[in-house]
Amino acid sequence: MMTDPTATVSRPSGAPQARNASRDPAQDAAAGASIQKRAALSPAAQEPDAGSRLGAPAAPSLGRETNHADAGGQRAGHGDGAPLLLVENLGKSFTLHLQGGLSLPVVSAVSLAVHAGECVALGGPSGAGKSSILKMVFGNYRVDKGSVLVADHDAMVEVAGAAPRLMLRLRRERIGYVSQFLRVIPRVSALDVVAAPLRAEGVDAETAKARAGALLTRLNLPERLWGLPPATFSGGEQQRVNVARGFISTQPLLLLDEPTASLDAANRAVVIDLICEKKAQGCGLLGIFHDAETRDAVADRVVDVTRFSA
Amino acid sequence: MSPQMTSHPDAPLLVAEGLAKYYGSRLGCRDVDLSLHAGEVLAIVGESGSGKSTLLGLLSTEMAPSAGRVSYRMRDGEMRDLAALSEAERRLLLRTDWGFVRQHAEQGLRMAVSAGGNVGERLMAVGWRHYGNIRDEAADWLARVEIATERMDDDPRTFSGGMRQRLQIARNLVTRPRLVFMDEPTSGLDVSVQARLLDLIRQLVEEFGLAVVIVTHDLAVARLLSHRIMVMKSGRVIEQGLTDQVLDDPREPYTQLLVSSVLAA
Repeated sequence: MMTDPTATVSRPSGAPQARNASRDPAQDAAAGASIQKRAALSPAAQEPDAGSRLGAPAAPSLGRETNHADAGGQRAGHGDGAPLLLVENLGKSFTLHLQGGLSLPVVSAVSLAVHAGECVALGGPSGAGKSSILKMVFGNYRVDKGSVLVADHDAMVEVAGAAPRLMLRLRRERIGYVSQFLRVIPRVSALDVVAAPLRAEGVDAETAKARAGALLTRLNLPERLWGLPPATFSGGEQQRVNVARGFISTQPLLLLDEPTASLDAANRAVVIDLICEKKAQGCGLLGIFHDAETRDAVADRVVDVTRFSA
Repeated sequence: MSPQMTSHPDAPLLVAEGLAKYYGSRLGCRDVDLSLHAGEVLAIVGESGSGKSTLLGLLSTEMAPSAGRVSYRMRDGEMRDLAALSEAERRLLLRTDWGFVRQHAEQGLRMAVSAGGNVGERLMAVGWRHYGNIRDEAADWLARVEIATERMDDDPRTFSGGMRQRLQIARNLVTRPRLVFMDEPTSGLDVSVQARLLDLIRQLVEEFGLAVVIVTHDLAVARLLSHRIMVMKSGRVIEQGLTDQVLDDPREPYTQLLVSSVLAA
């Protein structure tokens, strides 16, 4: 099964694909992932992956996948194949020791999957636990119960309880995150903030900055601001820096926490385009969009988080 | 877990096992295990008396542990028990492959020696002999840490607190160490000076792929610089993990107290 990754990559993303039990579902995840790699790496750099896929454990993943499709009932004929993200029975509560050990349940029994080429929206009112779910997927919040599996080349890797080194690598290579607010680092220019994820992937400074500039231009951030640290920027300007930082990198799974909250209509449209481009490239996206127009424009389906209230 | 993830585990640089230190009957720290990889920044946080400085002293061989051991992967790849090094080997390690940036610059610098001399001295310790080369390299490093070349011949007694810390960093990094210990490197500095120093440290750590063990009581410093964090209380590690995870979702009562005590700016 020496598959050329390009063979699976080149199919139109999200296009219906014959379900074939003999097919290695892990391959799809790897293919979705390798789309991203292809942008940055030479074909030669992928060879080890293609080779090691020979020994990929097909059966367990397949079992999971089938179970999920049946139990979750949320698949809409989208992206048949192994998911980029598989959340199963996830539960979380906070214990507030300073409030006499008060336990604050957040969510329980969250199950969902995100496949290559689709955008899944988390729906529900404020406080339903949407952001907490994203944060658990990103390893920012700890997982109390259940499992968060993320496609990592030919394997699904457990995020819950992952060692810091593994989590950091997954963030660098697999999981991107556009947080609601930019965490400003003193003295670092907007352009460098945006270019940083690419630099971490090993892209040279000049290329990274050129791509960062191109994204900031698309997001209508005036060039005179690029050299300044974003601390003094307006909320909307900071959010655009944050969006650019999140979209510049090439992780196959992208988490979006209200990426358009403080944006005007023109910039919202840019973000919608960026999301659609990521989908077309085979990324999977899991996002929170309070703005219905944005959600309708990008989301393939909505997972109602109130179903998981703890 | 996929084979390629487990089959190339790059070996850690520094490993501590069952480390303990007692001062007489008083506990410094106990039961500390840790491993640090190249390029990893570990912050040790906790209040005064929590044992974090003791731990740093043990890791850097400044103090001998009451129990446990510390090993280090030498440049030749061999993992050595630091207690078994000869004094000459240990001194060479400290002068070349390690750095130590101290809270009080006067403990990390030679205050009566010029700035250039402070940097050049480390080069001479690793065998540099040509005066011109040493001076050029020292000037280059002073520029990196934003100290004007015309101050090169001044001694650090004439420097501000922030400049002294930057000079310490140049002195430590000039030999391209792989591991740097930092003990509260930014405390006692004005906020704006702190920001500049932190930014410099952050850049250098990234550029040289340094492994760092930094002791700080300042959670903002830990968040900005470190990948991982260990929270110490009463001589023991009570919580550890990914820095943002521990700070955003602290589990232990003491960590929750620490995190909630920080004023958000």
